[in-house]
Amino acid sequence: MALTDLIVDFGEFILDGIDALGKFILFLLNALWYAVVPPYKPRLTIRQIRIIGAESFFLIVLVSAFTGMVLGLQGYNSLRRFGSEGVLGTLVALTLVRELGPVLAALMIAARAGSAMAAELGSMQSTEQIDALTVMAINPVQYLVSPRVLAGIFSFPILTAIFDVIGIWGGYVVGVDLLHAPGSSYMSGIAYNMTSRDIMTGIYKSLVFGVVVIWVCCYKGYNAQRMATGVSRATTEAVVLSSVLILAFDYFLGAVML
Amino acid sequence: METSEKNSVAGANGHDANGDSKRDESPEETNDARDAVVVHNLKKRFGRQQVLDGVDLEVPPKSITCIVGPSGGGKTVLLKHLNLLLRADSGTIVIDGIDITRLRRRALNQVREKLGMMFQAGALFDSMSVFNNVAFPLVEKTRLSEDEIETRVKETLKSVGLEGIAEKFPSELSGGMQKRVALARALIHRPKILMLDEPTTGLDPARTGAIHRLIRETQQQSGLTVIMVSHDVPAVFEICDRVGFIHQGKMKLYGSPKEVTSAHDETFDSFLAGKAAGDGSERHAN
Repeated sequence: MALTDLIVDFGEFILDGIDALGKFILFLLNALWYAVVPPYKPRLTIRQIRIIGAESFFLIVLVSAFTGMVLGLQGYNSLRRFGSEGVLGTLVALTLVRELGPVLAALMIAARAGSAMAAELGSMQSTEQIDALTVMAINPVQYLVSPRVLAGIFSFPILTAIFDVIGIWGGYVVGVDLLHAPGSSYMSGIAYNMTSRDIMTGIYKSLVFGVVVIWVCCYKGYNAQRMATGVSRATTEAVVLSSVLILAFDYFLGAVML
Repeated sequence: METSEKNSVAGANGHDANGDSKRDESPEETNDARDAVVVHNLKKRFGRQQVLDGVDLEVPPKSITCIVGPSGGGKTVLLKHLNLLLRADSGTIVIDGIDITRLRRRALNQVREKLGMMFQAGALFDSMSVFNNVAFPLVEKTRLSEDEIETRVKETLKSVGLEGIAEKFPSELSGGMQKRVALARALIHRPKILMLDEPTTGLDPARTGAIHRLIRETQQQSGLTVIMVSHDVPAVFEICDRVGFIHQGKMKLYGSPKEVTSAHDETFDSFLAGKAAGDGSERHAN
């Protein structure tokens, strides 16, 4: 009997997992589908671009500046041992553009805008506001999720580009201005060694991260349990899962686009 | 059909709300034009819990029907089937002559436009002002001009006794005012059928009475069909034309308030007296 119960429980666990994964994927496909079919929601999309993009701007500037400064400091001290301070600009720029820019920008946006998104949708779920939309014959996915996905696709690459530029500037300030690495080779090294492929790698990553973060955060909020801890749990799970997925996708995308 | 299991006032008399004996007819044969909502043998199960176990209901048009019963009895689940938020496992629901149980999303939305729904906690959009909350269905679902929408919103807010608060946000309003705003939003697109989920929960007796009177006045002025889930027994009987007592997923009693209260049903009498069921009736959280 015990073995039978174990097998039944294991079977239920597997089936529940497949069911949850299916719902998770269908949620994204629904959101993408309703983003491209009328009625379009340009005002809501612009509002979300402001929330996800514009309101994350200063956080991105702050984090990217310090990231670039750390890279400048550590890069200069490492490269000096080999007498290669001249490639500091290349090191900072490639590290930021290919890896740290998209990843750290996505993590920061997930922490700031993604958590707020999960909490907002979770709160709407627990107070029946999402049911109210449904009863009014308004598709809640099209009204609430699709504009956010579009805003994520639009905002993430721009914020990543800003992250990259400010980071490279931060590396210059520390490496060249404070530590006196050769300034001319900092910039010329970037111009000479960085290819459009490097830039596009970062852009593609940021696009994928944008979809992943908004997808996870909206899904968790949208499906928050209607109980006191439902919203907080949804918010925590949204940030944790989107952070893990950012790093996982970063590895796989990096492997594919090397 | 499980009508024989039901201790229904209508069933006991051999007649339904309209004096006809319809419950044994198939839904296709039901004269839907006479009833705004017809529910037939509705069943719903969540996991291992049978929350609705063969519910029958016939709501006459332009009347107020109140569904009462102990918590967990299936009232809210029934209402969620009527406003198309949940799909039935089996049984039929006919709204305004349309069997909604087999409809796809687009057709369901056409039926939804005939319905107005006021949720238990209002479900007002907290990021929007009162004006935008009430105007929302018109903005999203109609092509009315801004002036027309403004006029309609002001009229509707006035009809529920709310003027001069259009620019406030829901968080700035009292519970009673939030209920009125939710009622205004449910009425703004002039639905044929209005559904209310415990519209007076959390209100003091004075405000409860005021909301009840408002519902009755609105129903009489607009000729609406109102279906209301309520815990306010027996106060709510004063405004109801029909009362349904739902218990353990079945419509145990259904008829006029007088018929239901004089039916001498032990479970209903215990419920009215405020006694705990103690029989495992709280099977599903509403």
